[in-house]
Amino acid sequence: MNVRVEQATRPTADTVGIEIGEFLSERLNTAVDAEQDLFASGLISSMFAMELVVHLEQSYGIAVVGRDLKLDNFRSVRRMTDLVLRLRDAPATEDV
Amino acid sequence: MGEPDRDRLAVVGAGVMGTGIAVLAVGHGIPVVLVDVLDDRLAEARREIQLGLRHGRLMGALPTDVAAGTLTTTTDLDDIAEATAVVEAVTEDAAVKTKVLGEASALVAPATPLISNTSGIPIGELADAVRRPEELVGTHFMNPAYLITMVEVVRGPATGVATMLGVQTLLGHMGRRGMVVRDAPGFVTSRLLHPMINDAVRVVADGVADVETVDELMRGCLGHPTGPLRTADLIGLDNLADALRLLAERTGNERHRPAQLLLDKVAAGDLGRKSGRGFYDYGKVLL
Repeated sequence: MNVRVEQATRPTADTVGIEIGEFLSERLNTAVDAEQDLFASGLISSMFAMELVVHLEQSYGIAVVGRDLKLDNFRSVRRMTDLVLRLRDAPATEDV
Repeated sequence: MGEPDRDRLAVVGAGVMGTGIAVLAVGHGIPVVLVDVLDDRLAEARREIQLGLRHGRLMGALPTDVAAGTLTTTTDLDDIAEATAVVEAVTEDAAVKTKVLGEASALVAPATPLISNTSGIPIGELADAVRRPEELVGTHFMNPAYLITMVEVVRGPATGVATMLGVQTLLGHMGRRGMVVRDAPGFVTSRLLHPMINDAVRVVADGVADVETVDELMRGCLGHPTGPLRTADLIGLDNLADALRLLAERTGNERHRPAQLLLDKVAAGDLGRKSGRGFYDYGKVLL
């Protein structure tokens, strides 16, 4: 409980990174670290990859479209965090 | 790439395979008429197809420089009349397929390939139902059809050369590679894969190892990409049970009868990934 409260007061990048890390750890049933290449390590299947995109969209109210919709943006917790922060700051361009 | 002036695909049956094949075609710029008996299913299929298009692009499996083909959904089979090829992707049941193929055959122009997508029903069994048996050919797309580039193509006893050429050309327009096999129950892939999955289920039921261990061993020791039980969840446990049943009936091999644990899961409505739970729990269904 205390941990949660502490997280909420941290800068956004940390919070997002922690949340994504927690989601992945739970769904993949293993701890993941921020820089770990989740595709190279075979942790993320092609099916789960799309679920992950939808999860991030729903959790952070973003739309991953056009050129952003590429696997490379989801390679690690760090990359996903960067993407979420960038898309949340800038309104999504509808270039689908 | 699809040639919109030439390819107009009709897909009959908006289940897992029909929607996946629709994604594949639309994603390659080919217009698709998708037919189902249920309006609700079609509405859901529309949503799934949009998600599938994004999934295919995410994975680099669909071209990004091609405008998507038009998707039309309908409950009226008459709307397939203008199609240049028809994919029948209804339930894995010979009687249902026979009925749909017969009706489709009466609607389309002569020389239109009628493609029955099945994981194992011999094409020869379906040929009597259609007006021109030489136009009937089988495919066995894997799921998801838009991610897996190879397709098992089944030449039935009556399938004509022009139809074989037609289906291979269409597959080529959709970036697929067809491998042609002869007609037999389960063809090649299901005859080998389905009994293996069935035995994997029995291994779990017998308490030899749990689900995760079976899949891990098949991955780590034998190089299987996902493991048999995760594959079962992806196929759909109801479809798998149907396919095993028809394999048992047609080969006379009792080992092919679906394992009790598989039947129990189907009866409980745990159909795999599409229902959110099968041998694994997928949490909230997003796909």
